[in-house]
Amino acid sequence: MSNLLTVTPSPHAHGKETTGKLMLGVVIALVPALITSIYFFGLGAIIVTLTAILSCVIFEYLIQRFILKKPLSINDGSAVVTGLLLAFNLPSNIPLFIIILGSLVSIGVAKMTFGGLGNNPFNPALVGRVFLLISFPVQMTTWPIPSGFNTSYTDAVTGATPLGIIKGGLKGGEEISVLMDQVPSHMQLFYGYMGGSMGEIAAAALLIGFAYMLIRKIITWHIPVSVIGSFAIFTAILWLVNPEKNADPLFHLLTGGLLLGAIYMATDYVTSPMNPKAMIIYGCGIGIITVIIRVFGAYPEGVSFAILIMNAFVPLMNTYIKPKRFGEEVKNG
Amino acid sequence: MKTFPTGGVHPPENKITANAPIRPLPVTGQVVIPVSQHIGAPAAPVVNKGDIVKAGQIIAAGKGFVTSNIHSSVSGKVNKIDNVTDITGYRQTAVFIDIEGDEWVDTIDRSDTIVQEFNHTPEEIIKKCLDSGIVGLGGATFPSHVKLTVPTGKKCDILIINGVECEPYLTADHRLMLERGEEILIGITILMRALNVDKAFVGIENNKPDALAHMTRLATGFKGIAVHGLKVKYPQGAEKQLIKALIKREVPSGRLPLDVGTVVHNVGTAFAVYEAVQKNKPLIERVVTVTGKFLKSPGNFLVRTGTPVSRLIEAAGGLPEDTGKIVAGGPMMGKAVSSPEVPVVKGMSGILVLSQDEAGRKEKEPCIRCAKCVAVCPLGLEPYLLMTLTELKLFEKAEAEKITDCMECGSCSYTCPASRPLLDYIRLGKTTVLKMARERNLK
Repeated sequence: MSNLLTVTPSPHAHGKETTGKLMLGVVIALVPALITSIYFFGLGAIIVTLTAILSCVIFEYLIQRFILKKPLSINDGSAVVTGLLLAFNLPSNIPLFIIILGSLVSIGVAKMTFGGLGNNPFNPALVGRVFLLISFPVQMTTWPIPSGFNTSYTDAVTGATPLGIIKGGLKGGEEISVLMDQVPSHMQLFYGYMGGSMGEIAAAALLIGFAYMLIRKIITWHIPVSVIGSFAIFTAILWLVNPEKNADPLFHLLTGGLLLGAIYMATDYVTSPMNPKAMIIYGCGIGIITVIIRVFGAYPEGVSFAILIMNAFVPLMNTYIKPKRFGEEVKNG
Repeated sequence: MKTFPTGGVHPPENKITANAPIRPLPVTGQVVIPVSQHIGAPAAPVVNKGDIVKAGQIIAAGKGFVTSNIHSSVSGKVNKIDNVTDITGYRQTAVFIDIEGDEWVDTIDRSDTIVQEFNHTPEEIIKKCLDSGIVGLGGATFPSHVKLTVPTGKKCDILIINGVECEPYLTADHRLMLERGEEILIGITILMRALNVDKAFVGIENNKPDALAHMTRLATGFKGIAVHGLKVKYPQGAEKQLIKALIKREVPSGRLPLDVGTVVHNVGTAFAVYEAVQKNKPLIERVVTVTGKFLKSPGNFLVRTGTPVSRLIEAAGGLPEDTGKIVAGGPMMGKAVSSPEVPVVKGMSGILVLSQDEAGRKEKEPCIRCAKCVAVCPLGLEPYLLMTLTELKLFEKAEAEKITDCMECGSCSYTCPASRPLLDYIRLGKTTVLKMARERNLK
């Protein structure tokens, strides 16, 4: 034994969790959805995912190394998660340069400008996605029709998403009962047989990942449940009021990236609130804004915008919504 | 299953000494007895160099109300009265006694006979606790006679006994409940008399099923004492959390358990009270768990106060080659000591020896705002925010965010995936805020 003892303040024990392990956990939770995506969209899914992850990590490295000249932190895995989530928000047949540009915006603009991990107010993957949606509206909304591993990357057969079909049809004055025949059944939607962004299609796989993240205690239930709950209630009310003009809540839940957003994007640590009460308010805000955009707005989906809008309120919520302090409101016998 | 509702963590329990019976540590060499082993005013030495003392003889007397008496734990000759570095790292006055034989004060009953009957009045019990130097043995070392004196206008209707031992590694209370359960229950009855209550709840975590079963069985022979199993969760042994878990009352911020009609005492204290009242024995020895994954023979020892920690470690197989840290207490709230020569004091429930590898800390990374520190805080505070406010020296804001409510349980630092030293900063902020408040009160 060396003569000197270490003297530090307590605690003298530390839990096993690290930032890197948490990020790895998120990646593992996304694997079932990735497999589903490859199953339905083939090679394209792999190319898009790898490109997004690689370019996010490389951009983070380059910016930290040459512009910020700060210690490197690509090992924490947060850039991998951003890349993966960005890929999940893209169609599987999108040109490579668009993915790389989106990664640059995600990492360079949305994350590093604000000081890197932990400091960005807006979800990086969603900023990248929305940037691309506005800049390349055609490529971003040309969805390949799922045709298994034969789906060609460059010239896949494309079509609209189920939500797009409904939205377009309703605008043309058609009724839900007629339109529902043109989209896949709820069961097909559940396991992912539909056109759409890579990660948004597979409800079943996303829910498996959700269960994993809850068991692993990576996230808590508050945000996903409040997003899904408020969203379901709002769409159910609209559907009950006028079932011929509004799709049923289950259809809404299974399409348009609602689950991907609620489980994986809205729960992003950095850009979501810090206590359960605020998380629930934040989640309900996302659910309600999504419905408003979908039903009354121009975009068929709306989850991305809803999350970004609520991201903006997070600092305000952290300041004014406080957890219940022990011994604050006393109700004794 | 009963537990407290907000926050908490579950570190690996590591109760490696749970099956090791309490062994008395041989009394040899020298003891160094600090005059301040309690919260409140230090006691003043009443012996001089060269005096011959017996075990149980008073050697330093407390002055005032919130203080305690200190007794010699051995028989022998006072070598000197000098400064010693205690577990906090600060130096304080201590009585050094060279041990000669093991002669006790005559009035102390050293037999193993269990004395059940007592007919003391509450005042007599409180006086006995004061005279015998009884302090809270759970670690806080608050003088017991103060806690037993209910101020006029306050009412106490339930006594809570803390057998939780939520700190990982420690098993001193566990063994005491198994081996001296009956004495503890008599001690509880005495405490109930002192407080004039007819109900007592004993809280024991479920990771001690043998102690729980044993105490439950014994308690059937005692009136008004109910034993409850609690879900394993740290920091359940914290006073306010235990009260919430057992009787669902919430002690208001900045107030005491007495404000919700209860008082909490540790099982070790109940045992010490039994010995003081029934056996006339002052608090001069206690059970200390000596533990660590790399110790050859970790165990639970009955040890006289003032014994150097190094002697306990020798009894547990000696200090391992790559010792990095010695902690007085458990890993969550214990104090790292600067030398193995610090003396055992009344509040020391364990000695934890950690390897070089376990002693270090991970490098701090940026906060990812995962909110886990908020989720585990048993007091509903926001550790990440309190740390930032302290870093930015925004102490008024930290005060408004209730930084002084923090009891320093360490759940936040333990949980933080980015290994941020949350509690270090919160301590700093808390100390500064308390100082500000004192200065404000002076004006």
